[in-house]
Amino acid sequence: MSEPFSIIGKPLPKVDGMGKCTGQAKFADDFNLPRMLHGRLLRSTSAHALIKRIDTSGAAQLPGVHAILTGKDLPVKFGILPVSQDEETLAVHKVRYVGDPVAAVAALDEETAERALELIDVEYEPLPTIMSIREALAQKDVRIHDYGDGPNIHKMVALEFGNVEEGFAEADYVREDRFFFEGSNHVPMEQHSAVASYEHDGKLTVWSSTQTPHYVHRALAQVLEYPASRIRVIATPVGGGFGGKTDPFSHEIAAAKLSMVTGRPVKITCTREEVFYIHRGRHPVLMWIKTGFTRHGRITAMHFKSFLDGGAYGSYGVASTYYTGVLQTTTYKIPRYKFEGLRVFTNKPPCGPKRGHGTPQPRYALECHLDKVAEDLGLDPVEIRRRNLVEPNSTTVNYLRITSCGLGECIDKVVEASGFEARHGRLPHGRGLGFAVSAYLCGAGLPIYWNDMPQSEVQLKIDRGGGVTVYSMAIDIGQGSDSVLAYTAAEVLGVEPSDIKLVTADTDLTPIDLGSYSSRVTFMAGNAAIEAANKMKALIFDAASGKLGVPPDRLVARDSRVYDRDHPEVGLTWVEAIRVAEARHGLLATAGSYTPPKLSGPYKGSGVGPSPAYSYSACVAEVNCNHRSGEVVVEKVWIAHDVGRAINPLLVEGQIEGSVYMALGEVLMEEQTFRHGVHKFPSILEYKTPTTLETPEMHSFIVESIDPNGPFGAKEAGQGPLLPVIPAVANAVADALGVRIDEIPITPEKVLAALADKRKGGAGRIGPKEIPTITFKDPIRVELPPGWQKVTVP
Amino acid sequence: MPKTLVTLHVNGERHEVAVPVHKTLLEVLREELNLTGTKHGCELGECGTCTILVDGEPWLACLTLPVEVQGREITTVEGMAEGGVPHPLQVTFTELGAAQCGYCTPGILLAAQALLSETPAPTRDEIKLALSGNLCRCTGYVKIFEAVELAARRMSSREPAAVAAGNGEGA
Repeated sequence: MSEPFSIIGKPLPKVDGMGKCTGQAKFADDFNLPRMLHGRLLRSTSAHALIKRIDTSGAAQLPGVHAILTGKDLPVKFGILPVSQDEETLAVHKVRYVGDPVAAVAALDEETAERALELIDVEYEPLPTIMSIREALAQKDVRIHDYGDGPNIHKMVALEFGNVEEGFAEADYVREDRFFFEGSNHVPMEQHSAVASYEHDGKLTVWSSTQTPHYVHRALAQVLEYPASRIRVIATPVGGGFGGKTDPFSHEIAAAKLSMVTGRPVKITCTREEVFYIHRGRHPVLMWIKTGFTRHGRITAMHFKSFLDGGAYGSYGVASTYYTGVLQTTTYKIPRYKFEGLRVFTNKPPCGPKRGHGTPQPRYALECHLDKVAEDLGLDPVEIRRRNLVEPNSTTVNYLRITSCGLGECIDKVVEASGFEARHGRLPHGRGLGFAVSAYLCGAGLPIYWNDMPQSEVQLKIDRGGGVTVYSMAIDIGQGSDSVLAYTAAEVLGVEPSDIKLVTADTDLTPIDLGSYSSRVTFMAGNAAIEAANKMKALIFDAASGKLGVPPDRLVARDSRVYDRDHPEVGLTWVEAIRVAEARHGLLATAGSYTPPKLSGPYKGSGVGPSPAYSYSACVAEVNCNHRSGEVVVEKVWIAHDVGRAINPLLVEGQIEGSVYMALGEVLMEEQTFRHGVHKFPSILEYKTPTTLETPEMHSFIVESIDPNGPFGAKEAGQGPLLPVIPAVANAVADALGVRIDEIPITPEKVLAALADKRKGGAGRIGPKEIPTITFKDPIRVELPPGWQKVTVP
Repeated sequence: MPKTLVTLHVNGERHEVAVPVHKTLLEVLREELNLTGTKHGCELGECGTCTILVDGEPWLACLTLPVEVQGREITTVEGMAEGGVPHPLQVTFTELGAAQCGYCTPGILLAAQALLSETPAPTRDEIKLALSGNLCRCTGYVKIFEAVELAARRMSSREPAAVAAGNGEGA
């Protein structure tokens, strides 16, 4: 019988919590180094133009200006994905969006740097602009980039699993719907910031508020054409990431180059307006979905099309495109599936990954579509999902391996707690309940650049005071990765989290962790930490066994002791145990690594989607809508999240609540939109996000499915619970008012327009009426995995 | 650039700084006094991140000029702990996970401290209103409300502190 855990599962404070509550945590902009210069980037005022001339002579003469860079100083391109190396630190010949960096200045203070930017004269030759998906596909003669899968098409994907027409032929009922999901920014409270210091020994150090120090390290070496071995990247505590700090950025590279040129430290902190233009946020996506059902509500086939407005650069866009089509199969059994997706370039700030990366948009479409189908078939919205629910330990039609799955339990929790079945469709006009479910990754199965090496590694070292130092490149962005490392190592070694010291996110001092994205850190760094700690425990038990005369397999490490399981009074204190261990083995240092299993299916394009496990969520939202003002107020949210195991339930709740909050912003108010290439609201005042006053009553439920491969059975908590909230609110609005807003965000204007349409005898729907008529390339036809041969499974 | 000598009382200490008059209090606190616990999210008075206390009232440091607050008592997050003992709000925010990334936390702590000094037992709605000018993108605010409520109970001695929240111990 296994002992109960001493740390795992307990609602402990975060290990870095007090540092953040006292002002001691040092964020990137808090660095003030001796002789430090302040840098600023000059950004394009034109959405699409050739650079005819840049004259920096006026700025160079301004007293206090130490260096000025333009595109020719950093000509090597970069980009987060090896297939999309399309960014320049400073535009060389052409700018592609308002905000594209064109020059960089380092000066004695920020004001001088700012004045220097005003003195730089850039002559642009305007080019025709592309501002929408439709324009991108229509204006084939205008090209933002000269690469991709077609004119202004960055990526086109077409995959078919089995014959989708065969599935539709077996359907008793087929429905098509169209949806649009507007883009949104992450709005991290901390603006991006980087400090670089080049010293005369040839070593360059960059401190940056980044979620991915390893990728920044690689980009710096590539663009600076400088050996990676002489570059050190330290990720500072990230003041909010949500995916917005996962790309390498121009301000990081420019700060490094400016430091190398001047021989002095250089800091570049972006303004809030720049953060809106740097972006990499949620892609606007236009979607079309067609699904066939038997009369009993079983899915026979699904065909999904997505059109992503990518903005001016590639960023993670190839992955984003796949993500809009890949996870539909992880919640429902879909026997035949076809996905066609494309991402276009437009003259707007580049889109990238935001919490849920590419999957909230299709999840919104799918869950609203299912509600409409349920209504048509006279089924309860919960029942239609239950009839199609994916099963644990199964393989989806697109070859995703499902291990643990607590989705059914998630549904039970929220449906029961909200009284959904008794109340849905029965509340007074203006009030409504909506339901939706979702799934998310626990880390992308493949790294961003192809390699066979581990995705996460952890080293442990024990000092003679009994302290345990954990070295990991994982970076805490508020999600609690520092705490997870401390809890897992402490649990295995039987010490307190306060005995654990952390050295993290430093490319010189810590072994690899690819970064805080795709909900991968708990799963991957957690497993690596457990492996390193188990090796350490084996060394200690080996030595303690000799000392105590007790076989190692009877020893237990717990409560800062190492003792005989059968005679607990026979044992050593922790410090005694590590002393005998060090005497026997020398330096007490161990390492652990985590490499995800190879999970890709037998087809090209199968690299995006596989994950060592999937988390599951279900949500019910209750809304109160004002039919005069069109305002939608979310009053209550019930949400259940299958996290495998809650390593710390307090932190899991925090992630769930934060996900609900962020989803409510997206579904009701947030919009990253543009007028003539200029952001409509590049300020926190005008770009609306929910405040304390818009916070609904939240009821969260943690479901534990104990994943066989997760650290102590854990999966993920940071992103999954955002997904079902958006469609749950949209479905609740439909329940409340009988109108369908098939376009996110659900603003009062759209609600009023839908109500007016309904009064005039229309369908009471606001949303896209059509999708672009474009012929996708022939799909890659993928043979069905075993067990999927029959369309209708009994 | 012409500079003016300004006397500031910050966290019980008197500082004389020579700064251009247009420098904001936020800049002076962070850059001249090295009190980097006060953060910034917009520098336009929109996000509440740089909230500090002036004579116990929440002010936005990014919209304040140092000359306005000469001779008045300024409190930053660094001044919340007394004699090395964290303020009850700092303890409950740590215990309940009300700080995730922690960037908005100093401003919220000070806004909450101002609330509790006026209203020792605030209702949930009073807390929401008092913190409505402080944006947080991580927590969804729920844990923040709970931490303020727990601190209020402890400060009025209706509930003793369970632990001195430290490095992962207790609770």
